[in-house]
Amino acid sequence: MNNVFVICEIDEGKVVDVSLELLTKGRTLANELKCKLEAVALGHKIDGIEKELYQYGADVVHVGDDERLDPYTTLPHTAVITGLFEEEKPQIALLGATTFGRDLGPRVSSALQSGLTADCTSLEIGDHEDKKAGKTYKDLLYQIRPAFGGNIVATIINPDCRPQMATVREGVMKKEIYDKHHKGKLNKLDVNKYFKPEDLVVKVVERHMEKSKVNIKNSSIIVSGGYGMGSKENFDMLYELADVIGAEVGASRAAVDAGFAEHERQVGQTGVTVRPKLYIACGISGQIQHVAGMEDSSMIIAINNDPNAPINRIADYVITGDVAEIVPKMIKYYKQNTK
Amino acid sequence: MGLNIIVLAKQVPDTRNVGKDAMKADGTVNRAALPAIFNPEDLNALEQALRLKDKYTGTTVTILTMGPGRAADIIREGLYRGADKGYLLTDRAFAGSDTLATSYAISRAILKLEKADIIIAGRQAIDGDTAQVGPQVAEKLGMPQITYAEEIISADKGKVVVKRRLERGVETVESPLPVVVTVNSSAPACRPRNAKLLMKYKHAKTITESQNASEDYINLTNDRPFLNIPEMSVNDIDADPKWLGLSGSPTKVKKIENIVFQAKEAKQLTAADDEINELMKELIANHTIG
Ligand SMILES: Cc1cc2nc3c(=O)[nH]c(=O)nc-3n(C[C@H](O)[C@H](O)[C@H](O)COP(=O)(O)OP(=O)(O)OC[C@H]3O[C@@H](n4cnc5c(N)ncnc54)[C@H](O)[C@@H]3O)c2cc1C
Repeated sequence: MNNVFVICEIDEGKVVDVSLELLTKGRTLANELKCKLEAVALGHKIDGIEKELYQYGADVVHVGDDERLDPYTTLPHTAVITGLFEEEKPQIALLGATTFGRDLGPRVSSALQSGLTADCTSLEIGDHEDKKAGKTYKDLLYQIRPAFGGNIVATIINPDCRPQMATVREGVMKKEIYDKHHKGKLNKLDVNKYFKPEDLVVKVVERHMEKSKVNIKNSSIIVSGGYGMGSKENFDMLYELADVIGAEVGASRAAVDAGFAEHERQVGQTGVTVRPKLYIACGISGQIQHVAGMEDSSMIIAINNDPNAPINRIADYVITGDVAEIVPKMIKYYKQNTK
Repeated sequence: MGLNIIVLAKQVPDTRNVGKDAMKADGTVNRAALPAIFNPEDLNALEQALRLKDKYTGTTVTILTMGPGRAADIIREGLYRGADKGYLLTDRAFAGSDTLATSYAISRAILKLEKADIIIAGRQAIDGDTAQVGPQVAEKLGMPQITYAEEIISADKGKVVVKRRLERGVETVESPLPVVVTVNSSAPACRPRNAKLLMKYKHAKTITESQNASEDYINLTNDRPFLNIPEMSVNDIDADPKWLGLSGSPTKVKKIENIVFQAKEAKQLTAADDEINELMKELIANHTIG
């Protein structure tokens, strides 16, 4: 009772990375709260899926295996999760901020009338004093996320309703095996007891999934462009630079919105979080939502014509000048020096 | 028989132009300090509704927006582009609502309107990026939901067929009506304002807006009832006040911090050839690149 839960996402029989990352985080939270970590895995033909989840620290794994749970549709998943949560009364429930988690999370939170915070960048345990009501709350989940506007981070809490729900994007938390020999308990769910006939009305008639072409998350060098690239043509210079130095191309949201790059390349709070060896930020101002996704890069080079751009504050090298002039020079001198 | 479609649209602060006074001390957004725009993905949602209207004669498109008085702009904008009518859900009691309290109010209002076949919303609003209100409304209404929609392919014989755009591909799903659909920015852009509709609805106003209107205007609206934009308040939607506003919001803002980055000791360079040359040599020498 009152444990930390992670709702796992299963893709083609495998647990996706963000769910494992959340288990790693959930393990830390559970230790701090001195409670158990439980995982929920719903799908079809997922026998044995619990083994990996134990390694990531789950003490209990609830498995629902049924053909009506694969491919994912909202209502059957919601029925099982809300039913299970009503029985188990978790204090915390975490999901990945993927299309899966962002479809399921709000539905479950609405059904249970509990709060949900999207796209958290940090989760901590802490107390809260409500002076007006003269109440002190112990061990709440601090759901921390960059908020509206510039350099602001908000801590959201959920004092009275349970579970405290949060989504986190892939790559934000670190994934780490807790203990290869950690053994948990398997709880096979009888999903039929949760389904109502009206939960089964939506049908997936066709699916075309591809492996993503862009893989900036695992790239050790990223050349990233912002709105300051000025045009799609100028932005395309970055592919050339990336090509010669062996990098992937990333982008700020303003660059994606302007149509310079596809959404898959967006770095930041609502894009991917990256930790490359080298991050070259070209014409990016460095707003918190962007910085949240790249500040752990080992080395940062900022190219900006504004000497006071916020990005410069976290950079190791600040090049002040016009990207359209500097990027071609980087290409030229890289080639000259590696000949 | 056409469809009855409700489009949920939100007026949002343009987050591209955020200033220092964007947040109030209590952690809520200081909307008054920011330029207000039609939430971009809600325009994609409106376009999907208008396409269904083009396809199925007799279809009506109603805009429902929740917000302060000036959010009536959203309804006028919708009317200029082809919506048939709009309701402004506005009340001080909604102030401080999180997504759940917002969803509750919106779902109560929907129940007061003519029974909807499809409720279409943008996937998310740019001031919060939560993507929560669509699904939470669907749950409150007990309707199925289809999120991340790129195209509503058809909506007849009691069911919709919708193409969804997910991280790694597309999926086509089928659901019975009524249903809630949320639309992505990858869906077609909204059609522009129509000149005739602009003329027709230019003077459309809410009751609050027309309070100080001249007698001429009152006479005009007597002839043209379509110029009235109805307002709905808490009293019109049979809502339990306990589920509204701050008290209906499980999530609270505990604190807000301004981030000050630890300034690093950075090397300063210019665009000069020799400096870029030196930098590239250094990066190659220490195996950062190459
Ligand atoms: C809820 C929410 C979530 C968000 N999520 C993300 C996210 O995931 N990722 C993200 O990136 N943003 C995100 N944002 C947006 C973020 O706040 C900024 O608006 C965005 O990062 C700005 O992009 P930019 O730096 O490319 O553009 P701008 O802020 O317009 O900066 C352009 C920069 O280019 C410089 N420049 C201009 N011309 C030149 C030139 N010729 N040579 C050199 N430099 C030049 C300028 O000095 C400026 O610093 C989010 C915002 C919100 C509200």
